[in-house]
Amino acid sequence: MTAPTQTASTDDTTRKAPAMTIAPIERTVLGPVDEIPFGEGRTYAVGDRMIAVFRLRDGALRAVSAVCPHKGGPLADGQIDNEIVLCPLHQNAFDLATGCSRSGLPSLDSYRVWAEDGQVVLGG
Amino acid sequence: MSRQRLVVIGNGMAGARTVEEILDRGGDFAITMFGDEPYGNYNRIMLSNLLAGVEDEAGIFLNDLAWYADNDITLHAGARVERIDRRSRTVIAADGTVTPYDKLIIATGSSAWVPPISNISGPENGFREGVFAFRTLDDTRGMIRYARDHERAVVIGGGLLGLEAARGLQNHLGDVTLVHALGHLMNMQLDERAGTMLKDSVEGRLGIRVLVDAMTTEILGEDRVEGVRLADGTVLECGLVVLAAGIQPNAGIARDCGLPVDRGIVVDDRMLVSGEDDIYAVGECAEHRGELYGLVAPLWEQAKVLADHITGRDPRAAYTGSKVSTKLKVAGVDVASMGLSAPESDDDEVIVYTDPKRGVHKQLIVRDGVLVGATLVGDNSRAAELIRVFDRGEALPEDRSALIFNIGASTGETPVAELPDDTQVCNCNGVTKADICAVVHDGCKTVSGVMEKTRAGKGCGTCKPLVQRIVEWAAGGEAEEDPAASWYVPGVPMPKAELMAAIRKYGLRSVSSVFDKLVPGGEHDAKSKMGLASLLKMMWADQYVDERDARFINDRVHGNIQKDGTFSVIPQIKGGVTTPAELKRIAEVAEKYQVPMVKLTGGQRIGLLGIPKEQLPAIWADLDMPSGYAYAKSFRTVKTCVGSEFCRFGLGDSTGLGVAVEERYQGLETPGKLKLAVTGCPRNCAEAYCKDVGVVAIGAGKWEIYVGGAAGAHIRKGDLLATAESAEEVLRLTGRFLQYYRENANWLERTYAWVPRVGIEKIRAVVVDDAEGIAEALDAAMEASVQAYQDPWKERAEPATPGQFRTSLPLTALPRVPVRS
Ligand code: SRM
Ligand SMILES: Cc1cc2nc3c(=O)[nH]c(=O)nc-3n(C[C@H](O)[C@H](O)[C@H](O)COP(=O)(O)OP(=O)(O)OC[C@H]3O[C@@H](n4cnc5c(N)ncnc54)[C@H](O)[C@@H]3O)c2cc1C
Ligand code: SF4
Ligand code: FES
Repeated sequence: MTAPTQTASTDDTTRKAPAMTIAPIERTVLGPVDEIPFGEGRTYAVGDRMIAVFRLRDGALRAVSAVCPHKGGPLADGQIDNEIVLCPLHQNAFDLATGCSRSGLPSLDSYRVWAEDGQVVLGG
Repeated sequence: MSRQRLVVIGNGMAGARTVEEILDRGGDFAITMFGDEPYGNYNRIMLSNLLAGVEDEAGIFLNDLAWYADNDITLHAGARVERIDRRSRTVIAADGTVTPYDKLIIATGSSAWVPPISNISGPENGFREGVFAFRTLDDTRGMIRYARDHERAVVIGGGLLGLEAARGLQNHLGDVTLVHALGHLMNMQLDERAGTMLKDSVEGRLGIRVLVDAMTTEILGEDRVEGVRLADGTVLECGLVVLAAGIQPNAGIARDCGLPVDRGIVVDDRMLVSGEDDIYAVGECAEHRGELYGLVAPLWEQAKVLADHITGRDPRAAYTGSKVSTKLKVAGVDVASMGLSAPESDDDEVIVYTDPKRGVHKQLIVRDGVLVGATLVGDNSRAAELIRVFDRGEALPEDRSALIFNIGASTGETPVAELPDDTQVCNCNGVTKADICAVVHDGCKTVSGVMEKTRAGKGCGTCKPLVQRIVEWAAGGEAEEDPAASWYVPGVPMPKAELMAAIRKYGLRSVSSVFDKLVPGGEHDAKSKMGLASLLKMMWADQYVDERDARFINDRVHGNIQKDGTFSVIPQIKGGVTTPAELKRIAEVAEKYQVPMVKLTGGQRIGLLGIPKEQLPAIWADLDMPSGYAYAKSFRTVKTCVGSEFCRFGLGDSTGLGVAVEERYQGLETPGKLKLAVTGCPRNCAEAYCKDVGVVAIGAGKWEIYVGGAAGAHIRKGDLLATAESAEEVLRLTGRFLQYYRENANWLERTYAWVPRVGIEKIRAVVVDDAEGIAEALDAAMEASVQAYQDPWKERAEPATPGQFRTSLPLTALPRVPVRS
């Protein structure tokens, strides 16, 4: 009986929960796509940021911050589907595309990421 | 005559509930509701859980926007009513609307009371940035967001709300201090001793610093909050301040239009504003017979009376006030209070029990043989009973200690049949046993359905187990399960038997193929992968197509992940029997890799804790021992005692048999963990009576096999499955039992839950007497699984996937596990 969004007017939705925040980061080539098995994630250090990159089973890539805002769990060790990653420590879920928490925790940063010539490319 | 126009100001718990009660009575009004918050009605109580991260936003809504549409209610969400014009009988709202009413209900609730603290307000209305009240969803979201970038918080106010805020914030930042102006916590409900016990628990167990007799005088910092100053000059640094010093009714619009307001809007016993014929007030904004209420239970009673009256259902309905009792988990500590918190005269009899070590304090106040007050801290097992006795003024037993302790009854639970019909089950929503039974008798036999219909269990949630027991009792054992509750995993809509049949029918050997084939829409679900992987491995043994992403991290790297993202290495030591050579190797490995902790585990083996993922393969190689599977939902250990080989009393070779059992069934994946034991006589030194499978030597070569025992989160003595005539028979029956469990138990259902659910008679019939003729098939399936065993720690020369053991951590960002010297 409960719908996930309860906001009355669209104005409010956009003000209270921005649809998607993509953190800016310089274009960086992280390494071969094949380094990441399908359905899993790996952590990369980019400058002083730690970023978890996931390769969905359909081949698409997703990138979010690597550290769980709950108690610091390593998100690249989490299980995923095409929508979410579950933190391996206490199973909190985060939306892979937006970084938003599904359980009221702070959001993760999310980054633009794609594959180019077999390489994982971030940001830009 | 056209329908009367009913306008409701305030779309919170009281406003929305009153409208529901009116609709329930067939009230025929054209209803318009105004709510200052831009949402439907949500359960304010649950904001504590939301802050604590144990509930998500979707889970707290009571009436979503569709509900208003379905019931033909015009909702102005996010529109504050600014004025009531009694002459023209209209309300004027901030969204510019002017709405006429025939009947008006004011349900504006309360807001935070702001003590005189300098520098607390912001440039516009409200608080300055970094200071929050704890009242609304937006407050809670704001706190969560703000806490992300700050390390320290100060909560002002040591009542219920302040404690909940402090507990919740702890989830988001490391350092929380609670500042309370008075001498002890929860001074409204607790006496000094109880308040002090609560303080000790909150500090000792939760690690929240508590300062009492501490008056906050100033918020420090220019642009950002930098701290607070107390009256004695102390400065507490912090980046976030939560104000929870009390509440004050939102009575402004009533006062402005000339309605009688004292502390709240003054109402009579019909909930009509004093002297008015068409204007009601309900909830926290209303003052009734001089009382203001700050909990939900009284408002449910008020809403009913108001609805009876406004719809004409019962014009004589009267609200005469509520006896307030609370039974809560405050900041993780059980607290209950009702009536007086201290005796009022020398004739009041006071019974006190205090156990500071356990943090338990209980106090009863009895007057003329009747309970007039009670306070419990640290143990609420008697609370429901006491509330009942208090509410009804029942005569007390001569031996008052029976009220405080669970004498006689080991569980402290009154059987459902003996609970009087009008026992209040859900205090948050005012639901009685009779209400629940009525819904069940009308045909609703699922716990979730009953909760939906009656709202029982939808407040703080502590009564859910009792609701479940009542539903089961009322349905006479026919309680139905929620369809989804019967699914094996949440992402595939099938119970286990059906799922297994479909998997066989289509020959599905991988987790992804199950999603693709059996889920409408083919949606994959992260939460279901692990359970499916276990099931498929059990069904297909060596023909299972092992997609590594379906595994939980523990199973990907064959170790248990720890709080700092490192792993534990627990090698197999069958039956707890080791050798000097093995011990030396373990010692050398521990030295070579500077293992942070070496520990004898509760499973009779040796654990190496705090190992970085990258080091795992090298450590396994140096240990050269098989995995102990201390990380998987699988067969774990067989504990043994020294048995007849050495012990004076030994009746059987328990070590020998234990080692053989572990050798045969090592590593089997199972719906829940399996921990076994073999013990040499009924003295039970290996704790076999409380294991998933426990084997006890009884002499003459015979062994008793107990199943479904537990001594973990749940304690249960196993049920006797059979008395085996030989060690071989033990091995065979154990295997058959385990296979039957593997094929039938739900995901994560340990034997201590599964055995009583299925019943030991049924299990014995199948496993021992082969009543269904499946023994041979069970034995064959088990044999295939046994043959498919491979030591996962052999997977070390070559990673199974690229970067299998690559670190996922910036280790510095995590709470490091301390290194022992
Ligand atoms: C290491 C050990 C404690 C110790 O220092 O001795 C241990 C450690 C953990 N236990 Fe245990 N349990 C250990 C013996 C036990 C025992 C005693 C025994 O085996 O006789 C029990 C009670 C028996 C039982 O389970 O029936 C026990 C009942 C639990 C439970 C409660 C299960 C239940 O349903 O009742 C959990 C929680 C769970 O499974 O959800 C748990 C969960 C855990 C976890 C896996 C928590 C986790 O998910 O991270 C701990 C992993 C720590 C780590 O960092 O690796 N552990 N745990 C013991 C390892 C034994 C071994 O050699 O394999
Ligand atoms: C964090 C928290 C935890 C709690 N825990 C418990 C608990 O465990 N047990 C318990 O019994 N109680 C608990 N309570 C108290 C309980 O939530 C309240 O008693 C209850 O919500 C009161 O209902 P109400 O409708 O009177 O007020 P509210 O629920 O506050 O509803 C009033 C609504 O009216 C709106 N409003 C106000 N003025 C106007 C206006 N002028 N125009 C339009 N709309 C307006 C407000 O925005 C609000 O939405 C808790 C409260 C909080 C904040
Ligand atoms: S009892 Fe078990 S689960 Fe709890 S802290 Fe100890 S090892 Fe961890
Ligand atoms: S650390 Fe991620 S859920 Fe707890």
